[in-house]
Amino acid sequence: MNSEKKVKIYLFGKEYSVPSELTIMCAMEYAGYQLVRGCGCRSGFCGACATIYRIKGQRELKTCLACQTRVEDGMYIATLPFFPLVKEVYDVEKIKPTEQIMMQLYPEIYACVGCGACTKSCTQSLDVMQYIAYAQRGDFKRCAEESFDCVMCGVCSSRCPAGISHPQVAMLARRLNGKYLAPRSAHLEDRVKEIKDGGFDSLMESLTSLSDGELRELYNKRDIEK
Amino acid sequence: MYSDEFKESLCAVEASREKNLAYEPPRMTAEEKEALLSEYHPDFKMNEFDTLKVGKNKGSRAPKELCRMLQAHSRVRDGADLSNIKYDVDVLVIGGGGAGAAAAIEANSAGASVMIVTKLRIGDANTMMAEGGIQAADKPGDSPCIHFLDAYGGGHFAAKRELLSKLVTEAPDALLWLSNLGVEFDKTPDGEMITTHGGGTSRKRMHAAKDYSGAEIMRTLRDEVFNREIPVVDFTSAVEIILDEKGRAAGAVLMNMETGEITAARAKTVIIATGGAGRVHYQGFPTSNHYGATADGLVLGYRAGAKLLYAETLQYHPTGAAYPQQIYGSLVTEKVRSLGAKLVNAAGEVFVHPLETRDVAAAAIIRECGARRLGVDAGNTKAVWLDTPMIEMLGGSGTIEKRIPAMMRMFANFGIDIRKEPILVYPTLHYQNGGLDISARCEVTGVENLFAAGEVVGGIHGKNRLMGNSLLDIIVFGRTAGACAAEAAKKTVSERLTLSHVEKFEKELAAAKIETDDVSPMLLPNYTGKKSMF
Repeated sequence: MNSEKKVKIYLFGKEYSVPSELTIMCAMEYAGYQLVRGCGCRSGFCGACATIYRIKGQRELKTCLACQTRVEDGMYIATLPFFPLVKEVYDVEKIKPTEQIMMQLYPEIYACVGCGACTKSCTQSLDVMQYIAYAQRGDFKRCAEESFDCVMCGVCSSRCPAGISHPQVAMLARRLNGKYLAPRSAHLEDRVKEIKDGGFDSLMESLTSLSDGELRELYNKRDIEK
Repeated sequence: MYSDEFKESLCAVEASREKNLAYEPPRMTAEEKEALLSEYHPDFKMNEFDTLKVGKNKGSRAPKELCRMLQAHSRVRDGADLSNIKYDVDVLVIGGGGAGAAAAIEANSAGASVMIVTKLRIGDANTMMAEGGIQAADKPGDSPCIHFLDAYGGGHFAAKRELLSKLVTEAPDALLWLSNLGVEFDKTPDGEMITTHGGGTSRKRMHAAKDYSGAEIMRTLRDEVFNREIPVVDFTSAVEIILDEKGRAAGAVLMNMETGEITAARAKTVIIATGGAGRVHYQGFPTSNHYGATADGLVLGYRAGAKLLYAETLQYHPTGAAYPQQIYGSLVTEKVRSLGAKLVNAAGEVFVHPLETRDVAAAAIIRECGARRLGVDAGNTKAVWLDTPMIEMLGGSGTIEKRIPAMMRMFANFGIDIRKEPILVYPTLHYQNGGLDISARCEVTGVENLFAAGEVVGGIHGKNRLMGNSLLDIIVFGRTAGACAAEAAKKTVSERLTLSHVEKFEKELAAAKIETDDVSPMLLPNYTGKKSMF
């Protein structure tokens, strides 16, 4: 590990020699880029660092998150720090979890030609085309499940001939599922009511008026659920 | 797949797995914990701290790196044109993470005109990266009082009681609010929340959305901000709080992160929700934090006259990824331990209870790798094993993919299958326990019309935070900050704006004979030309 082996990469076409163990993001910094755009959580959760690359001599266009991908020799790299997704505005209290809402807000999903470019390009290896198919038929539960790990980097949409903003379609489906379709949690609603009715007020008041010594005693002796 | 150099130790872990799985390591006594922390926790390395010479905390201890930033020059020390008002709103929210978004939504609900300014994009925040979950005492057998006791003890009896009791009492409502916005929590088919333990909890009250808990909350809040058409000015950083002639917060000096253009935003009230400080790399630690976590809010608040609480306490998450190098410092969620994985040293021995509080678990790992010489050489650092295959042995095949898919994906990206192989971990700088001192209405002590919420605040968790209480605090206090700032804005009549406090601060620096070329806030770390982050 930490070998001094270097690889040649091409950032926006310009050649740099960088240590082989670096991620694309760290390689850009090693090369001297002070990143402002295209860098967010650096851990694969935020989708800021969508990247497109092709290995010299190969035809296949690949996509990835720059922070989660190690450099390879001969990589031609272009970052996609922003992609103009369409985000429709709606009132979550007023919409209903029916097929109608997709037709109304994101009708372009019905123009999907089934090319599979979205799925092939997903940086999280999700079956994007499948979740769009679920959205088309108003199956928001499955759409939500299939799209759950989406980081909204937008690469799928950049490859889509139908102009679909897949991450926003999935976002709508997840909110519909979370709010309207998932089973209600009775114990949560009961507890909220219990608290609002003052059910814990006197106990909390007496607890918070104890001395630190008394609280220490209670803490050290509390039973821990298995 | 691990290379041969790990083979010996890896074999020891595998050989002991059955035995280790059955073994329930003892919990440490209060005395054992204190001794361990004072010897091995980074907060107790006194040579890593300095004494502040200016400001409200003059005379108190803070990390060296923070002292430098708090005692650096303003980015607009030569003044800024306050007549160039580009934005004029009731409530200005600085920061586009979970606390800022929650605040903006509630200020909007209260009828205020509100705007978010953020130096990267909305959602580029530690909220997005919180994996494990959010606490709330919503089950029979649990109560806000037990939640209070767990958090108060875990934070070493140092939390501000009125803040902590608010946190735990409003926790169930925070979850209900998120559910009603459409956040998808893990539930059984009949609607019961699936909950687990976190380090230091005495009841299973950790709610999750797989191991994308923070991402699920953040993207939903962001979507709601967009739905309400709340203006979000991104790639623009606040570099100074503007006060009015009555000394009240009244806006911020803004800097375009790409063009450097300086403008001003005028507001009746200001909310600082700028988050944490991992990218300052205190004591040379790697970090699990997002790119913009540079303690900006502490600097902004301090220059405007705010007081800091517990700035000397930081949280080192016990399980940062130590190998492979590409993800050095990235978070390995505590949920991995909640689901049954144990910490194992180079000799294959379990050396600490997996669900001790974070400071204790981190100190135990540091001891194992240091004084006890039972760490594994992971290249950048010594490390210990986190035996992830135990999760599948306990929960059945498929548990990892279902419950912690992000962890599985992150390691798989670099050739390690955590279902079959354990992973190497070492503490990583994770959370700023201390920060701006606030009231239960999120008012920053000492500066009228200035509010704060989220990781920038100090005192909610005391000197160590429990897992799952941070996603909770950004919602509880974010919402409160938004509502209270909107209410205060209604009562405020604008006065003339001034940066005289910045001039005054510069004079204090000179009087204290602090000579420096540093400017702050830091805004972003600089990793250019370097092989690793620092």
